[in-house]
Amino acid sequence: MKFINWSKQNLFANWKDSLLTITILYLFYVSMPPLLNWVFLDATFFGDSKKDCTGDGACWVFVNVWIKRFTYGMYPNDQIWRINLAFVIFFISIGSYFFVSSKIKKCIFIFLTVIFPFLAIFLFHGGSLGLEEVETRVWGGLFLTLFISVFSIIFCFPIGVLLAMGRRSNLPVIKYFSIGFIELWRGVPLITVLFMAAVMFPVFLPSGTNLDKLIRVIIAITLFESAYIAEVVRGGLQAIPRGQYDAANSIGMGYWKSHLLIILPQALKIVIPGVANTFIALFKDTPLILVVGLMELLGMVNMAKTNPAWLGLATEGYVFAAFVYFIFCFSMSRYSLGLENKLKTTN
Amino acid sequence: MSKIIELKDVNKWFGDFQVLKDINLTVSSKEKIVICGPSGSGKSTLIRCINRLEEHQKGDIVVDGMTLDANTKNIEKIRSEVGMVFQQFNLFPHLSILDNCTLAPIWVKKKSKKEAEELANQYLEKVQIVDQAKKFPGQLSGGQQQRAAIARALCMEPNIMLFDEPTSALDPEMIKEVLDVMVDLAKGGMTMCVVTHEMGFAKEVADRVIFMDEGSIVEEKPTDQFFNNPENERTKLFLSQILN
Ligand SMILES: Nc1ncnc2c1ncn2[C@@H]1O[C@H](COP(=O)(O)OP(=O)(O)OP(=O)(O)O)[C@@H](O)[C@H]1O
Ligand SMILES: [Mg+2]
Repeated sequence: MKFINWSKQNLFANWKDSLLTITILYLFYVSMPPLLNWVFLDATFFGDSKKDCTGDGACWVFVNVWIKRFTYGMYPNDQIWRINLAFVIFFISIGSYFFVSSKIKKCIFIFLTVIFPFLAIFLFHGGSLGLEEVETRVWGGLFLTLFISVFSIIFCFPIGVLLAMGRRSNLPVIKYFSIGFIELWRGVPLITVLFMAAVMFPVFLPSGTNLDKLIRVIIAITLFESAYIAEVVRGGLQAIPRGQYDAANSIGMGYWKSHLLIILPQALKIVIPGVANTFIALFKDTPLILVVGLMELLGMVNMAKTNPAWLGLATEGYVFAAFVYFIFCFSMSRYSLGLENKLKTTN
Repeated sequence: MSKIIELKDVNKWFGDFQVLKDINLTVSSKEKIVICGPSGSGKSTLIRCINRLEEHQKGDIVVDGMTLDANTKNIEKIRSEVGMVFQQFNLFPHLSILDNCTLAPIWVKKKSKKEAEELANQYLEKVQIVDQAKKFPGQLSGGQQQRAAIARALCMEPNIMLFDEPTSALDPEMIKEVLDVMVDLAKGGMTMCVVTHEMGFAKEVADRVIFMDEGSIVEEKPTDQFFNNPENERTKLFLSQILN
């Protein structure tokens, strides 16, 4: 009864609404059954080779067999535990963060931001303390996607904030440097930047030194995205009324104190949606590292689909990759929304 | 009485527009002066120059023995000795009232959190809003916000307080509660420079009243003389408009 009333008001209020509702329902009716059939009912899930796929639906055997490569790239099978260990530590620290007292929270935060990055890199790369060295060129799959995204995000955010502040600075040198930097990176496509990082960058380094390609790529993505973060944050800074600066100055706070304690906390809160947007875009741009020969999730799918034993399964591979990207991007989006609401209620 | 603020031939321009013209003004320790004048006459700019929220281009400003110039060390020192209250309150909306008050004592004066909170409570008590300490600025009435802003400034234990039209953004029924706090403060011996059009307040506490117009000090007199026999035509006109 309630439902009938509700739909009368919301779905069939007049003939235009009714027509729209019916059209949408009809589109669902036409498209959903074949889609469900392909994904679930007619699909094959288990097996070892393409021959096991007999139905008309999707051949998930492909994903099933290749999942290790999709997740870890060409990382040696007997060393995969190192990646798993790092991620388990990561998720346990984050998970426990929400259940412990504020004092331990501080410890966890410091661990995650200061100690964990080095620990993770050590685990992934090894090369000392009895851990076998695993060169970055065999890193790949979802692992590489996450590695690049997390490190780029960690670095590009503070750089972006500094650039945003720099762009509003009264000191001409800093101001014009920031403007130039931001406009330069915003003006070129990421794919060019990556290419330059891989090919051109070594030319500028003194001969003999060799910076790992993965590091160069992370630097490139970091600088590129920091320009976008800078513009998003600048929008937030501009929204803070002049009176806040006056008040901060009048109680004796200098530039850094007033920004760190008063201006940025307010400005960053305003720009959470824009920052989340940029991070999600960064995450989805990671497949571009393919142009320099690094293969994260999508790159591995690309490689697998050209394997002679698995030809013709590109669709399954891409649908799977899309699904994984969606899970991560959607989580980021929900998290930012949660953060927004949480900060909104505190004042 | 000793001089605590001294302005000598101060001139200031915004671009080509001259806001302050040869301002000369001395304020003694514990003196209370009221500055009034028509809109746009440069009152705000004048008192904002005293704690260097605005930079003057010509002339000298000496506050508490320190000359205001490009030396930033002096500026931060002066700012922690000169409190300021604004028309729009300018409380920090992301912090509770208590945190608004303890922020500068902790970060600028390096007091411990406990010390700062005791100090804050003492001043919040003085402006009668201790019970609101845990709330955020957005949850307070205008009058309460302005009193909180006064408490925030007092927490730096300044020698001088500047007020820029502290009651102009308030509903009429809240003006009195803020003025009462200011009268109290004046009786406690604070040096005060107040830009206001509340002539009742001026008559009650001011030692001197200054009338500004078009960037100059047009008239400067002890309070009773200012109201009883103003000399300048513009002052007379202004007073006749504002007193009724
Ligand atoms: N940042 C600024 N840039 C340019 N012009 C300014 C600036 N601030 C103030 N002015 C101008 O300087 C003049 C004096 O301004 P000021 O705010 O000192 O006046 P006021 O006497 O306080 O006026 P009111 O009673 O309206 O507050 C005005 O004409 C104003 O337009
Ligand atoms: Mg003004």
